[in-house]
Amino acid sequence: MSEPLLRVRDLRTVFPTRRGPLAAADGVDFDIAEGEALGVVGESGSGKSVTFLSVLGLVRPPGKVERGEILFEGRDLRHLSPQELRALRGRMVALAMQDALSALNPALTIGTQITETLCAHAIPGDPRDEAVRLLTRVGIPDAARRLGDYPHQFSGGMRQRAMIAISLSARPRLLVADEPTTALDVTIRAQVLDLLDELRAEQGLAVAMITHDLAVVAERCPRVMVMYAGQVVETGPTAAVIARPRHPYTRGLMDSLPRLEDPDRPLHAIPGQVPDLATVDEGCRFRNRCALAVAACAQPVALMPAGDARLSRCIRAAEVSP
Amino acid sequence: MSLSRVLERLVQLPIVLLGVSVIVFGMMALTPGDPVEIMLADQRATEEQAASLRRDLGLDRPVIERFAIFLGNAATGDFGLSFFHRRPVFEVIAERLPATIELTLVALLVAVVVAVPLGVAAAVKRDSWLDRALSAISLFGVSLPGFWFGILLILLFAVHLGWFPVGGRIPFGAEVPRLTGFLLIDTLAAGRPDAFLRALSHLALPAITLGLPTAALLARVIRSAMAEVLATDYVLFAEAKGLSRRRVLFLHALKNALIPAVTVLAIETGSLLGGNMIVETVFGWPGLGRLVVESIFARNYPLVQAAVLLYAVTYVLLNFCADLLYAALNPKVRL
Amino acid sequence: MSATTAEPPPLSPTALALRRLAGNRTAVAASVVVLAFVLLAILAPWIAPHDPSDADLFRRLCAPAWAAENTEPGYWLGCDALGRDILSRLIFGARVSLSVAALVVCIAAVIGTLAGLAAGYLRGWTDTIVSRLVDTLLGFPYLVFAIGLMAMMGPGLHNIVLALVLKEWVFTCRVVRGETLAAREQDYVEAARALGCTPRHIMLREILPNVLSPVLVVATFRMAYVIIMEASLSFLGLGVQPPTPSWGSMVADGRDFLVDAWWVSTLPGLCILALVLSINLASQGMRDAFDPRLHQSS
Repeated sequence: MSEPLLRVRDLRTVFPTRRGPLAAADGVDFDIAEGEALGVVGESGSGKSVTFLSVLGLVRPPGKVERGEILFEGRDLRHLSPQELRALRGRMVALAMQDALSALNPALTIGTQITETLCAHAIPGDPRDEAVRLLTRVGIPDAARRLGDYPHQFSGGMRQRAMIAISLSARPRLLVADEPTTALDVTIRAQVLDLLDELRAEQGLAVAMITHDLAVVAERCPRVMVMYAGQVVETGPTAAVIARPRHPYTRGLMDSLPRLEDPDRPLHAIPGQVPDLATVDEGCRFRNRCALAVAACAQPVALMPAGDARLSRCIRAAEVSP
Repeated sequence: MSLSRVLERLVQLPIVLLGVSVIVFGMMALTPGDPVEIMLADQRATEEQAASLRRDLGLDRPVIERFAIFLGNAATGDFGLSFFHRRPVFEVIAERLPATIELTLVALLVAVVVAVPLGVAAAVKRDSWLDRALSAISLFGVSLPGFWFGILLILLFAVHLGWFPVGGRIPFGAEVPRLTGFLLIDTLAAGRPDAFLRALSHLALPAITLGLPTAALLARVIRSAMAEVLATDYVLFAEAKGLSRRRVLFLHALKNALIPAVTVLAIETGSLLGGNMIVETVFGWPGLGRLVVESIFARNYPLVQAAVLLYAVTYVLLNFCADLLYAALNPKVRL
Repeated sequence: MSATTAEPPPLSPTALALRRLAGNRTAVAASVVVLAFVLLAILAPWIAPHDPSDADLFRRLCAPAWAAENTEPGYWLGCDALGRDILSRLIFGARVSLSVAALVVCIAAVIGTLAGLAAGYLRGWTDTIVSRLVDTLLGFPYLVFAIGLMAMMGPGLHNIVLALVLKEWVFTCRVVRGETLAAREQDYVEAARALGCTPRHIMLREILPNVLSPVLVVATFRMAYVIIMEASLSFLGLGVQPPTPSWGSMVADGRDFLVDAWWVSTLPGLCILALVLSINLASQGMRDAFDPRLHQSS
């Protein structure tokens, strides 16, 4: 396999709290290749968003990236100057957010918010024409006339599509999509996801799809990465991970979902609570909720190969699925 | 605030204005003793003269009728005669008004120029020394008696350092023909840059006395509004688009943070009207505020009454403008 | 029963608030300063080294004790233009400032609380009248209102209190009305109403105890403002009349001698600043201590 577009190694992002430093992402490793779609799943607070904000260099102070490598096309983003990083944001790595209503500036028109991105990255062509083209592409009718509208004048679905158009406006290589379709209804969701698929095929756009929605991952992302309490616990081809989880947390996640083919299967919520990240120890972070936990789980666990091109952070990976 | 709130304020406006007029009219009733006797105190007036004055002032009529007359006159700018000046009150006030407006506007300018960068910087560098210093200074600003602050400035910058004049508006010999009454404009219109500079140096200390405490308050408002805005998703999104820091701060963030700040500023402008009386007295500034204070001691009641009404109406209208401005700045409220 | 040591009894919200207040060092220090001023004011006749009205032109504008020349033994902070001892006048001046402030704030708190309770609980025309009155009074810049009234009524201690109370009650009223509107929907008020309690009983026995802590916070906060207002009126000559010493009029007295005797104007102003700043710091501490929402978020 050639050099991936993005390679993250041993990323650790901490937020100081009164109870000591809190590592919201701790020892995160993953790769994304050109044109690839990686699903990133895990519950809120598992470190999904923080990991990708770290990649963009947008962790809000006093939080900061403490350790690790973030290699984009071989360049370590942690060593870029603020100017270089700014030139890269939006142009190379773009962000699409969950809630367009809060992501779009209420005091600026949609047109301004698209064209400023185009201008910031000196995208050739008339910014206005380009903006109309982008909005039309995401399915906003009569785009030319709507450039002067404010975000609140758009309907929820249009707003979300407009935001995605803004994210894609500087033709980035990697799109970090943080729950981009949660708020949309089914048809529009399919439309947006189709658009991303097209761009992947046409331009080699890589997508990191951060989501709660395993259905979207199963359908659109060939590879998945499962996060728990600031760590990657399992990665691998989506089909394999869903069929035979190699980490007890992934297993728990699957068991807590209803299945179309077996609607009568009982649903199991994972017992217990996510550990307090400010006080976790070196050992496996899932062991307090894990049915397979043994004494050795208190030792540090690394992300290890677990067959089928997969990695798992569990010493009993082989025993997780039948 | 929604459109219906703006409409509600619009309906309330005349009610509040009427209430304000009632109170100003009622203040006259608090005057101890017979107003006519007080007005004629120094002149040996006969009983007939007093009766005729009473008739002229309409004091022999019922209260409601007197109030109606007062309201009608006030609406047409007729506040009667200023005893002291022996000219219509309206004329005397109009003559002094430009000096007060000029001082207020420059004080506002001082406040905004100082407060915006400070408030933004403190919000960007939260919990830094600058942020802490600003909150300490803000507390100082609201605890500082304005008249004493003015005197300290005079003591330091006028008496000791001699950088600025002690008081007044323009020195002898630098007067220019009155055009607008605003000296900063009139001096330039007369082609006298020297007089302009001297007018400016007279304006400096009073404007600072009036403007700095306002700046302290305003900076605090901008700081908290800005800190709130900087934590929003849309600022994060703007940064993720790769925009320059300056554009993110001064367009995306400040445009939203200014919405509450403008409201506070409009209300503070009203408070400056009261502060004017103090500052004009301290610096011997020939504006409306000093005229009112002088008139109080000269027992020139019609003028005091007219000025208080003028201040209150201006204040009510400014507050109303603050609401309108809020609506205008906030695209979520469409008019 | 276990043999472990007894848990301390749970503290009441007020006790918790006071404990939080005691932990705020700035607020405690500020409260000590305020208390010192209060003691100074109460004990003025015994503490002041001289009669504050004792004029002697031989001591005219004599300098404070630390100055190089023109000092007068026993007159530590110098004398004013009439040769009166500034230190004694400052001590007596604290009486005027604090008594006006305390009177105004207390009377305004009582009126504002009653009006706010009535407007918020009874609603209807009571609310309409009170709210319109509040709106109208808010239509005046504070100082303009006070100056206008003082101009008509004439100067004097009683008139100052009257003029300031007439405006000041509005601030308490607004807060209490809001709190009462919220309390009206609470279960304990509903229950009292169901039991057939009279509106008077519900307002004074049920709701009043629950609005007292915001009233207290507003009152301390307003106190600082009232002190500045009294000083401003006295500075303009509309306040307390001579020879009673007031800090505001003392600043005004010194204005003509800024070049020769800076201390006459600056020292009383310093007292105003120190007292007002301390009250503001203490009330900020009180607000933080009494507002549990603020406490949780910090």
